[in-house]
Amino acid sequence: MNAILDAFAMVATTEVAIAVLASAVYGMVIGALPGLTATMATALLVPVTFYLSPIAAMATIITSSAMAIFSGDIPGALMRIPGTPASAAYTDEAYALTRKGQAELALGAALWFSAIGGIVGTVCLMVMAPALAEIALSFSTYEYFWLSFLGLMCATLVARSSPIKAIAAALLGLLVACVGIENPGGVPRFTFGSTDLLGGIEALPALVGVFAVSEIMRAMNSAPPPPIPNRRFGSILAGQWELTRRYQKQMWRGNVIGVLIGALPGAGADMAAWVAYATSKRFSKEREKFGTGHPEGLVESGAANNSALAGGWVPALLFGIPGDTITAIAIGVLYMKGLNPGPTLFTEKASSMYALYIIFILANLLMIPLGIMMIRASRQVLRAPRSAAMPLILLLCAVGAFAIGNNLFSVLLVAAFGVIGWIMERNGYPVAALVLGVVMGTMVEQNLVSSLIKSDGEILPFFERPVSSVLAVLTITALLWPAGVWALRRLQPAQAAR
Amino acid sequence: MSKMTRRGALAGAATLPFVRPALAQPRYPARPVQLIVPWGAGGGTDATARIVASLLERELGQPFNVVNRTGGSGVVGHSAIAQAAPDGYTIGMITVEICMMHWQGLTELKRTSYTPLALMNEDPPGVQVNASSPYRDIKALADAIKASRPGQFKASGTGQGGIWHLALAGWLGAMGLAADHVRWVPSNGAAPAMQDLAAGGVDIVTCSVPEARAIIEAGRARSLAIMAPQRNPQFAQVPTLNETLGINYSVGAWRGIAAPLNLPAPIAQQLTAALQKIWNSNEFKDFMNARGFGMVWGDAAGFAQHMERTDATLGAAMRSAGLVRG
Repeated sequence: MNAILDAFAMVATTEVAIAVLASAVYGMVIGALPGLTATMATALLVPVTFYLSPIAAMATIITSSAMAIFSGDIPGALMRIPGTPASAAYTDEAYALTRKGQAELALGAALWFSAIGGIVGTVCLMVMAPALAEIALSFSTYEYFWLSFLGLMCATLVARSSPIKAIAAALLGLLVACVGIENPGGVPRFTFGSTDLLGGIEALPALVGVFAVSEIMRAMNSAPPPPIPNRRFGSILAGQWELTRRYQKQMWRGNVIGVLIGALPGAGADMAAWVAYATSKRFSKEREKFGTGHPEGLVESGAANNSALAGGWVPALLFGIPGDTITAIAIGVLYMKGLNPGPTLFTEKASSMYALYIIFILANLLMIPLGIMMIRASRQVLRAPRSAAMPLILLLCAVGAFAIGNNLFSVLLVAAFGVIGWIMERNGYPVAALVLGVVMGTMVEQNLVSSLIKSDGEILPFFERPVSSVLAVLTITALLWPAGVWALRRLQPAQAAR
Repeated sequence: MSKMTRRGALAGAATLPFVRPALAQPRYPARPVQLIVPWGAGGGTDATARIVASLLERELGQPFNVVNRTGGSGVVGHSAIAQAAPDGYTIGMITVEICMMHWQGLTELKRTSYTPLALMNEDPPGVQVNASSPYRDIKALADAIKASRPGQFKASGTGQGGIWHLALAGWLGAMGLAADHVRWVPSNGAAPAMQDLAAGGVDIVTCSVPEARAIIEAGRARSLAIMAPQRNPQFAQVPTLNETLGINYSVGAWRGIAAPLNLPAPIAQQLTAALQKIWNSNEFKDFMNARGFGMVWGDAAGFAQHMERTDATLGAAMRSAGLVRG
């Protein structure tokens, strides 16, 4: 009990309060800008943390990343341009709600369920961190292969168009992921002698290109849509309680998906959001409504991506292994501040741990009022003429891409993917599947090849390990299920005819 | 009575700008300096660069701005450092990869493409095994490896051809074994490799001990030895290869400050002196100890020699591992 009181004393200082508030606003703004990510927001905070106390330093990272993951939903809903990769999974859904005149519902759902997800994730972190870490540490490359392959198969589920086109788009994404030297063999592929291509094509330039730039190109190419009636935004949180009761199962399932995926090293909010949205669609009683502006998917994936953030801290705090890109950076700060990851952090420095938990909860509670203000400020976007808004967004895309590596090549990539995305959309290929291929492609290959090297080329080890065999069954079932359904449908008419 | 005319006043004013240069020669640095880091923000190299930059700023009175130039497994950033103007306003933190990239045929850059200023840090590789591994010490492990079928043991720690892979290859070579006697399983860095070790996926991880510290402290892994001349004071219980096996093989991942080639000597000397003062400061020591980084110093000449040795050692290891191209 003394440790908890010490924790409250640590948190209740002016320095921590200012750190939380400032980084909350900072993360909210960074996340809302297309092209800038939660990871970037965290990375840019590192120099600032040099001058802060340990708790204040960690507070800035925890708060800004939670805010950024939520606020990435704002441009997605208002302009169909996701602010962060995690938001890309359900951008179409949120935007469709806005076009139906329900922007408040879309943004309110994103805000409300993000906050709930973050808090549930924190509670899981507090209660189950050691147990979750044990599970996470039993995952070798065999388990990761099946998991990333399963994630890749979400491509067909998140798409509205035909599964064939979704698979084709995902394969194109896999091809893009092949570029570069960072592959298990350590040999340059498709670099054509270019130094810039040695590093491969990162997911962010591809995502910004196919979503933001192609949307801008589409805007140039088409007549302005009928203006949405100029009315004051209603209450942001109206209807959220009803959604909570109506989609309680989806909310909890999203939280579970987020925490579990977040706890696995390497998998983060991005994968959690994609898997949660795909799960929501797969098991929904109203599948045909998905993509037309239906809040069910938003509830589940909004909860998943913020709970994944907290889940990502499980392996980071216990073993110093990054749960995602954000905690990879945070681990460096933890060491620098003397909060060395490991079990001793939970025993000898228990008060510091409790302080971090308190900040997690504070950050997610603070998200609600700040999110409401951000949403209200953003509604001007709906009224701004496109001829003014689109050039600004294009500029932000270029700035964001350049900021990744201070490299103009990223800006060229964004432009190239903008063209590719525009062509794909025009022909009915889902760009979300392309992004999924790029994001998951490296993971699938890395885990597949590493596993084959370890097993000396044998296939059997992929099925022998306990967790591996469960995941293998899930994956193969998911593969064969559509074929089974198709076969059954073929039998039905035959019986009817007879 | 003399009369002040407008023309006279203007003539006097016109001469003022020419008086200024004679008062003092410009001294370095007169404006902000850029410190290029070839690796991503938030990592160990980035953090080290930022602490150096903040201390340089205090020492020399001008901002030292850290700029991350990522991509190409370090080639992009290292290129940016080499290609900048040698005026002292662009310097960079170069890393051990500069002694490896050219062997792999990735770039023309090599250690001689830079003006070395100071070696700031080096971390030797360790030999980590799972906590439940039957090998209690490095000798038992070495004996088991020698007795094993080629490829039977699996090791990991970084990508194919990375520094920790070469550490393993060099160690095996020093024991008279082929570089691929232990099969290398590439990973995306030390953290995923340690994860795989804890999960029982690989047998050995040859990353640095600080990188493995959390897993070791969690009781999931043990460090049997480090490949360095002396023990790491922060991990004093981990012996060196030389103590246990009589193998005097050492290599490490290092970081140093360098400038473009042909930097004027007075500027280079000034920077080296400032860096040495920083290296000896309490702030730098505290930072490095907190991160578990190894404190190794080298001035311009020492740094150059260190790179030369590293280049030769890694070249031999890469050749034996079949990684040399071009």
